[in-house]
Formats: sequence, C-alpha cells, structure tokens
Amino acid sequence: MNEMRRRLIQSGGGMTLLGLLLAAGWLKPEEAQAQTWNKAAFDTHSLTDTMKALGGGDPAQSKDIVFFQTPEIAENGAVVPIGVTSNIPKTESIAILIEKNPNLLAAVFDIPTGTETSISTRVKMAQSSNVYALVRADGKYYVAAKDIKVTLGGCGG
Amino acid sequence: MADPMRIRAATLGDSTEVKVLMSHEMETGQRKDAQGQTIPAWFIQNVIVTWNGRTVLSAQWGTAVSKNPFLSFKFKGGAKGDKIAISWMDNRGDKRTDETVIA
Repeated sequence: MNEMRRRLIQSGGGMTLLGLLLAAGWLKPEEAQAQTWNKAAFDTHSLTDTMKALGGGDPAQSKDIVFFQTPEIAENGAVVPIGVTSNIPKTESIAILIEKNPNLLAAVFDIPTGTETSISTRVKMAQSSNVYALVRADGKYYVAAKDIKVTLGGCGG
Repeated sequence: MADPMRIRAATLGDSTEVKVLMSHEMETGQRKDAQGQTIPAWFIQNVIVTWNGRTVLSAQWGTAVSKNPFLSFKFKGGAKGDKIAISWMDNRGDKRTDETVIA
C-alpha cells in the first residue's frame, strides 16, 4: 500500500488518482497532505528557478519579513539557527532558501490560520551566503535576505 | 525505527509554543564515505503538527535542514492538557509520530 501510494505520487499524473483515493476513503486527508513534497522546487539550483518552482517568480522585497535568532557569523555551517517572522497580513507560507547551497531550497512551512507566522529551525550552509525568506501572503510573494558568514562549511566537504 | 522526538508544548497567554527536536541523520547526499562512494541522501521530507487533530503547521524539508532537526513555532487557542501530535516521513518512507500534552 505504501509503495503503491508513493509511486502514484511520483508518477506526476498522481493528483487525480490521489483524489480518487481520498474520495474512496483510503487515505485520511492528513496523510495525503503529509505525502506532498515539491520535488521540482527542491531540485532547483538557482535562485530564480527555485522561486519560480515555488510559484513566486518575481517577489517583492519586504521589510515586514524579519530574521530573528539568526547569526551574522555562523561558526559551524552544519547547524545555523534561522528564525523568520512575517508581519505581512495573511501570510500562508514561509520558505527558506540558501543561495550558495547545492540545492537552494532548505524548507517550506505552510502556516494555517491561527498559527503565528513565525518559525525557527536549524539549517546546514555549505559556505557564506545570502539566506532568503520567501513568504506567500494572500497569493502574493515577498522576499527578504540576510547575509550569513560561515566559518566552517556544513555540507561535508 | 528512529528514536522518539523530544517535544515541549507550553501555553503562555493566548498562544502555545511548540518546540521539537527530532532524531534523524539528515544525510545530504553530497558526502562520500572512506571508499569514495557517495552516501545516499536520507532526510525528512514532510512534517506535520496537529493540535487535537487539527493541523497547526506542515512543512516540506530538503537536505539542508540540520541533523537532528529542531523546529519551534507558536499557535493560538491551545489549552493545558490538549494533545499535540507531530509526525514526520523521510525519503525512504520511514515514519514516526510522537505525542505530548500542552503543559
């Protein structure tokens, strides 16, 4: 069952089948949601491609996106704390992109109504780089950047 | 089966803060072993957090999230004793769900 489900989703044409499975009550909506993973976006290697794959081709710079608990200089690139708060109304998702990593996209957080539009996590950075927070709010895209210096790279060089 | 997550959920005022530490290698697929063979990527792809069965956060992760991932966020409406459940699934299809109650 698990194998089949995964293959259905990877096949690309899986959406309708997934819908059928949902309708048939084979999958709980929650499980189905947990299954989606935006392979196209995670496989991109340039800033424009990643933003495009996420749906935000030309995001507007925003001062309402704030980094917190995020260092200017990270001694260990394997563990860099990143906190992002979006003060933009109707924020729906926050993505973290690291420009000089082999794959730019680190994480996408979908934020339902009722959850504060602020998340904090830890990421790996191969080298000093700009880190972008891409926010989708009310269907529009906004971006903010922070330059983080890395003393020791974290992608196992 | 991976080790249990460490979850803390506490309500302060009208918002509940959830902090979680997961146990996972988060292998990037970029590293090579002593024989020069690439170590295959092995990482958590999906995370979902529910409060009394209602989704309060869902995430998609790539290989750049650190080993033994940490995540923290806040949501409104939680009360002491409510159930918080966190599930992840990795790119090998391994899954883990852990629960706690709001303190």
